[in-house]
Amino acid sequence: MDGEELTEQETALYDRQIRVWGANAQRRLTKSHILVSGIKGTVAEFCKNIVLAGVGSVTLMDDSLVNEEALNANFLIPPDENAYRGKTVAEICCDSLKDFNPMVLVSVEKGDLSARSTEFFEKFDVVVIGYGSLATKKAVNEKCRKLSKRVAFYTVDCRDSCGEIFVDLQDYKYTKKKLEEKVECELNFPSFQEAVSVPWKPIPRRTAKLYFAMRVIEVFEENEGRKHGECSLLDLPTVLEIKKKLCEANSVSESLVPDSLLERLISGTIEFPPACAIVGGILAQEVIKAVSGKGEPLKNFFYYDAQDGKGVMEDISNSFTS
Amino acid sequence: MDQQQQQSAIQGAKVLMVGAGGIGCELLKTLALSGFHDIHIIDMDTIEVSNLNRQFLFRRSHVGQSKAKVARDAVLRFRPHINIRSYHANVKNPEFDVDFFKQFDVVLNGLDNLDARRHVNRLCLAADVPLVESGTTGFLGQVTVHVKGKTECYECQTKPTPKTYPVCTITSTPTKFVHCIVWAKELLFAKLFGDKNQDNDLNVRANKAASASKETEDVFERAEDEDIEQYSRKIYDHVFGYNIEAALSNEETWKNRRRPRPIYSKDVLPESLTQKNGSTQNCSAASDDDSATVSAMPLLGLKNPQELWGLTQNSLVFIEALKLFFAKRKKEIGHLTFDKDDQLAVEFVTAAANIRAESFGIPLHSLFEAKGIAGNIVHAVATTNAIVAGLIVIEAIKVLKKDADKYRMTYCLEHPSRKMLLMPVEPFEPNPSCYVCSKTPLVLEINTQKSKLRDLVDKIVKAKLGMNLPLIMHGASLLYEVGDDLDDIMVANYNANLEKSLSELPSPVINGSILTVEDLQQELSCKINVKHREEFDEEKEPEGMVLSGWTQSPATNGESASTSNNESAVDVTESSSGPEIASKKRKLSETQPENHKRETENVESEDDDDLVEIENPMTVSKKKRVA
Repeated sequence: MDGEELTEQETALYDRQIRVWGANAQRRLTKSHILVSGIKGTVAEFCKNIVLAGVGSVTLMDDSLVNEEALNANFLIPPDENAYRGKTVAEICCDSLKDFNPMVLVSVEKGDLSARSTEFFEKFDVVVIGYGSLATKKAVNEKCRKLSKRVAFYTVDCRDSCGEIFVDLQDYKYTKKKLEEKVECELNFPSFQEAVSVPWKPIPRRTAKLYFAMRVIEVFEENEGRKHGECSLLDLPTVLEIKKKLCEANSVSESLVPDSLLERLISGTIEFPPACAIVGGILAQEVIKAVSGKGEPLKNFFYYDAQDGKGVMEDISNSFTS
Repeated sequence: MDQQQQQSAIQGAKVLMVGAGGIGCELLKTLALSGFHDIHIIDMDTIEVSNLNRQFLFRRSHVGQSKAKVARDAVLRFRPHINIRSYHANVKNPEFDVDFFKQFDVVLNGLDNLDARRHVNRLCLAADVPLVESGTTGFLGQVTVHVKGKTECYECQTKPTPKTYPVCTITSTPTKFVHCIVWAKELLFAKLFGDKNQDNDLNVRANKAASASKETEDVFERAEDEDIEQYSRKIYDHVFGYNIEAALSNEETWKNRRRPRPIYSKDVLPESLTQKNGSTQNCSAASDDDSATVSAMPLLGLKNPQELWGLTQNSLVFIEALKLFFAKRKKEIGHLTFDKDDQLAVEFVTAAANIRAESFGIPLHSLFEAKGIAGNIVHAVATTNAIVAGLIVIEAIKVLKKDADKYRMTYCLEHPSRKMLLMPVEPFEPNPSCYVCSKTPLVLEINTQKSKLRDLVDKIVKAKLGMNLPLIMHGASLLYEVGDDLDDIMVANYNANLEKSLSELPSPVINGSILTVEDLQQELSCKINVKHREEFDEEKEPEGMVLSGWTQSPATNGESASTSNNESAVDVTESSSGPEIASKKRKLSETQPENHKRETENVESEDDDDLVEIENPMTVSKKKRVA
C-alpha cells in the first residue's frame, strides 16, 4: 500500500488474480475503502470475497447481537456461545475476516447508518447496504450522490433462494476490451429513488418478476415497520393487498407479480447458503470492477432465483417512459 | 412440504468431493452451511502461497500441508458436528475403486485437470452414482450434471486435449512465443539440467552429419574446472548463434519463412560480466542450501516481473541464471525438471525463450507472462469459485431429490447473454456413440509396421482414451497390462512388447485387427479396429496416428472465442493441460501414472491457440433434451 508498486508479498499472494485483471487494477483495489452495512449470509460471502481480493479497507456496520439465527448461512461466526455472547455481528465477523487476508484493514463502525452525515460517506469508495429498509437505502444513496467524490452504491437482499442486487455508479467511465482494442465507455445510472419508482406499465413484460415482488416487500416492511426477515406466511394477506394496490396504481394486471413468488419471499426468512454464495460472488465481482474501473459493470439490477436457475441483469430506469 | 423433503434428502446424503482447491474450499463451506453432514473429500495436493488469494480455508501457516485435511479442520470450526473424512491421496489410486464410489449418493468434482475428470467420470458410471462436474477460469465457470442413462456422461462431448506441436516447429521454425517457451523448457532446460539419458531434439538440424553430432554433445558437457561464465557464454553462442547459422544453411526451410538471425554474446554483452557484479562464486548471501531463494534478477537490479526486458537484459539474465545453477545448485544438475515455483528456472526459461523469440522476430514477453505460459498457470479468482460452488450444491440437492426435470447445466458468463450472467440449460441425453458410456467401437489409423506398441499405449490408450491402468488384448493374446501382481517374466515380456512394432508382436496387429483395451479400475472396455496407413501429415497429424469413430454431438460446434459477440457457454476444463512436443521419446521405462509428469503449456489468448472450446447452447435444438 506504500508507494505505487505492489509489494513483493502482494505480487506473490495475488498472482492468480493479477493474471485475471492486471496489476493496475490490483493496485487500485489495494487503495479502496469499502463500507458494508447489514451482515447476514450473502454479505458475509461478499466480505470474504473482497477481503481475499485485497481491498484497502473494509468497514463493517451491524450492531445486532449474535444469536443462533445469525449463525445460519454465516460461516464467519464460530458457533461458540461463550465467544460470541454480548458481541455484535460486526465485531465477530471482523475478527474472522482479518484472518483471511492480514493485508486488509477490517474494522467496525457502530451506530445507525441512516443517521450518518453526508461527510461520513466521503471516506469510502464503495457503500454496500445489505437487507436495508427502503428509507435507509434511499437516504444513503442520496447522500452518496451529493458528494463531489463518486461513491459507488450497492444494495443487496436475499430471501428464500432469491437475491436482488442494485447498482448505482452515477456517471461512470470505464474501459472495455473490444476485439483487440481498449474502448472508453460511459454509462449513466439512475439513483435508487428513481430506480424503484419507475412506473410499472412501460417496463417490458420479460423483466424479472423479482423486481416487482421486491418493491411490494419494500412497501410492506416500511408500512409495518418490519426489519428484513421479520415476517411470515401470516403476513401474506397484507402483502397481497399491497400488491393489489400497487398494481392498480400502476395500471397493470395483478398477474405481473405472481402470488407464489411473494409467498416464497415472506416465508423464506432464512437465507439459502448456495444462493448466498452466488449473489455474494456476483456482488463482489461488481465492486471489484467498479473499483478497478475495468470491465463493463452491471446496470442496474441483478436477480437470481434458484428455482429457475437464472441470474439476470435488468436495466430499469425512467428511460422506458421517454 | 418441499422444504422438509429437501432437508431430509440433504441430511440423509453421503457426498464425495474430489478436489479441495479453489472450488473445493468454497464447496465444502457451502455444503456444510446447507446442512450436509457426511462429506468425504479427496485431494493429493499441498497448500501453496499462490492458493491463498482464493482458497480461503487455508492460511499462510498451512503452506506445505494437505489441502483436504486443512479444509476439513477449517470447516469443522464453524460446523463442529458434521462428519468430514479427508483423504490426502490421488483419486486415481486403486483404493478408490467402484466399491468405494458406490457408497456415495452423489459425487462432486472440483478438479483442475482433464485426466482426473475422465477417470472419475468412468468410476461414477461404473458405480452408477450421479456426478456433478464443474470448472472455472477467471470470470468464467460452469456446472454440469451427469446421471447414467439419463444424461450425457462427462465424455459424451469430446473435451479439448492438450495441444501438441510438431517437433520441427519447436526445434527449427517457431512462429509464436509459446513455441519458444516449449523449446526453452523442454529442450534447452532439459538438456542442461535434466536427465542426461533422455533423448533430446535440441540439436536436430537439417543435415545430420554423424560426426557433427558427436561434437555438439560435448558442448553441453561442462568440464570439471571450466570457468562458469565461459561455459555459459559458450552455451549461449551455441544455441543462439551457431545452431541458428546451421539452420539457415538449409535454404528450403526459409524459402517462404522469415529468416532468424544468429545472436552472439559478444555482440550483446560486455567482454566479461564478472567485473560488473562480482564473481558469483564469492556471493556471500546464499549458501548451497538456499536453492529456493537463489535468483538472478536481484543481482541484475531487476525487480518487476511484469517489466518487459530487452535483448541485453534477457541475455544478462540467461548468463547469470546459468551461472547460478552451476555455482549454487550443482548437486541438482542432471535431475531437474522445470517447476513454475522454481524462481531461477523460471528466469532461465524466460530469458532463453525471449532471446530465441528475438532471433525469430517474435514479440518478447515479461517474466510474469512467460511464467504463466511455461507453468500452465490458470488465472483464478475467489468469486467465480464461490458462485460455481453455490450452483454445484443446488444441482446436488436436485440429484438427491431425484428431481430429474430440474437438472441443469449452468454457465457463468463474464458478459450477459440475453440478459443472463448465469445461464441454465437442460442437459442432453446420452450420446449413443460415446465410447465411454455407450461402448462404441473405435477406429485407429496407424502404420502397423513402424509404430510401436509403446506409441499406442502412450498416445492412444493413456492420452486419448484416458485409461490409467490399461490392459490390451488382441483376441486371446494379452499384449500388455499394468499391475502390482505381475511376476518378473510377465513384466519383461510386456516391456519387450512395448518396443516392438505392431506387426511384429507375438500376436501380430495388422490391418483389420481388433484390439480390446480395458481399464479394470474404471470398468471401461473399448474395441479398436486397426487400419494400416503408410503416411501421416507431420503438421496436421503430428502423432502419426488417428483415432476416430465416435460422432461429435451436434451441440459442439467448436466456435472460437473471438467470433462470439456475446459470450456463449464455455467449457472450462484445464489448468495443467497445454501444448507439448508431439513425439517424446523416453528411454527409461514408464513410471507410475501418478508421477508421470506431462510437460504442458498453457496458452493464453493467442488466437487459434485457445484451449477453451466454446459450446453454443443456442444450437441445442437438434439434440434430444432430457424430458
